[in-house]
Amino acid sequence: MEINKDLIAASSTPLVLAMLAEEDSYGYAILQRVQELSGGRMEWTDGMLYPVLHRLERLGHVEARWEVAESGRRRKYYRITSQGRTRLAEEREQWKAVNSTLQGIWLALSIPGPANHAASAAPLPQEA
Amino acid sequence: MPTPHYAVSLEEQIDQWRSYLRRRQAIHSVDIAELEDHLRGQVAGLVDAGLATDEAFLVAVKRMGNLDALSREFAREHSDRLWKQLVVSPSDPGAPQVVARTDAIVAFCLAVVAAVFVKVPALFGIPMNDPHAGFYVRNASYFVLPLLTGYFAWKRQLDAGTLRWLAAAFVAGGIFANVYPFAKDSHVEFGSTEALSALHLPMALWFAVGIAYAGARWRQVAGRMDFIRFSGELFIYYVLIGFDLLLALILGLLLYSISARDPRQPPGTFDVVQVVLVISALLADAVALWAIAARISEFGFTPNRVAALGENVILLVNLVWSAVLYIRFLCGRGSFSNLERWQTDYLSVYVAWAAIVVILFPPLFRYL
Repeated sequence: MEINKDLIAASSTPLVLAMLAEEDSYGYAILQRVQELSGGRMEWTDGMLYPVLHRLERLGHVEARWEVAESGRRRKYYRITSQGRTRLAEEREQWKAVNSTLQGIWLALSIPGPANHAASAAPLPQEA
Repeated sequence: MPTPHYAVSLEEQIDQWRSYLRRRQAIHSVDIAELEDHLRGQVAGLVDAGLATDEAFLVAVKRMGNLDALSREFAREHSDRLWKQLVVSPSDPGAPQVVARTDAIVAFCLAVVAAVFVKVPALFGIPMNDPHAGFYVRNASYFVLPLLTGYFAWKRQLDAGTLRWLAAAFVAGGIFANVYPFAKDSHVEFGSTEALSALHLPMALWFAVGIAYAGARWRQVAGRMDFIRFSGELFIYYVLIGFDLLLALILGLLLYSISARDPRQPPGTFDVVQVVLVISALLADAVALWAIAARISEFGFTPNRVAALGENVILLVNLVWSAVLYIRFLCGRGSFSNLERWQTDYLSVYVAWAAIVVILFPPLFRYL
């Protein structure tokens, strides 16, 4: 299953902020974690993560620093700021609202008959 | 790395990939380093999963995404970088500092030459005073534009053919402006066709500057678009100066350095200098405001005084809040983007005030 681009883009901010709220991290590790959590269903184009990180950095939600990794190469680590935590809490509330709305409608749909297209079209004949 | 042979070819491949990225203006070398770290992590992960090194490299590059799309995304996030490209043209990435210094020296020399140019007519018996005003107005473009064209011609290394055409355009314009026997009207300073010619010559010559600015790309849409952006920057700059000379200049400097600053950089000495600059501008503006207020209370309202008062109040508000935001940023209690946001939001205040002066002032002051 492929998740559409708009959904990926919209969820990137809370996902990245939440991961950085767990611990400081760097791009590749963040992507690995997304893969792991989504069971491989959220396919991010690797490079696109970086403009997202840079935007969060510009807005003051995260801070970056360069460190020398165990491989001896320089690596850019990101850390969430207190402002970023506030933003994360807001995002969380918003997604909760979206999620519970969707849950509600999924539940309502499942009463007449789950995954039945004819049933879902049934309550709307008055428009015809 | 499994074998030295693979290790070498992987390094070569990464080198090549890096050089592709370097051609993208929106992706800076620190970003390339960050992306390279990612690429290496991905390759290592895939090799661990059992892929051969070159296969792993290909998969990792593919996962990184299309370079055009990626650099577009970077450009969107870092639009400031492209903005700077308009002023400082793309140059040899090998020696940017040397290039910048030669640039500065050449620009400075040309500025000196421009100053000398203004004085040259006086040496030939055309001093800058009333009877010769017409001469100076007609030829105003010639004090600056040929030098600006020269600067760009040097910068873009124009070929001799284009240079000849540009020179011919300047000479032709000069002949038309000075040979025609413009009528001398005793009531008005200049005759209409003379005034029109003086107004339109700079416009015509400005396109010569444009050709030099766009260099070899002047026939292309992108090259012409760059020139339009460049003209826009310059125009805004002049409007600001006309607005309130010294203060607008300081504000312009502030705006410029804000737009050119990497918002993610931590506060440094330069920022302290900026704050001092803002505060001194603030004091100067307060003095100007006081002077205008004193004149109004003593001599009453005139359109000019009210316009000046409004402009100074607007500047004062901008400067006060800029100083507050800047100091907050220096103390680590706010991000730089707050300041950027303030400046960009404030642009609408200038527009609103200018509109008020144009639309409401004439009826308000009975078309005085």
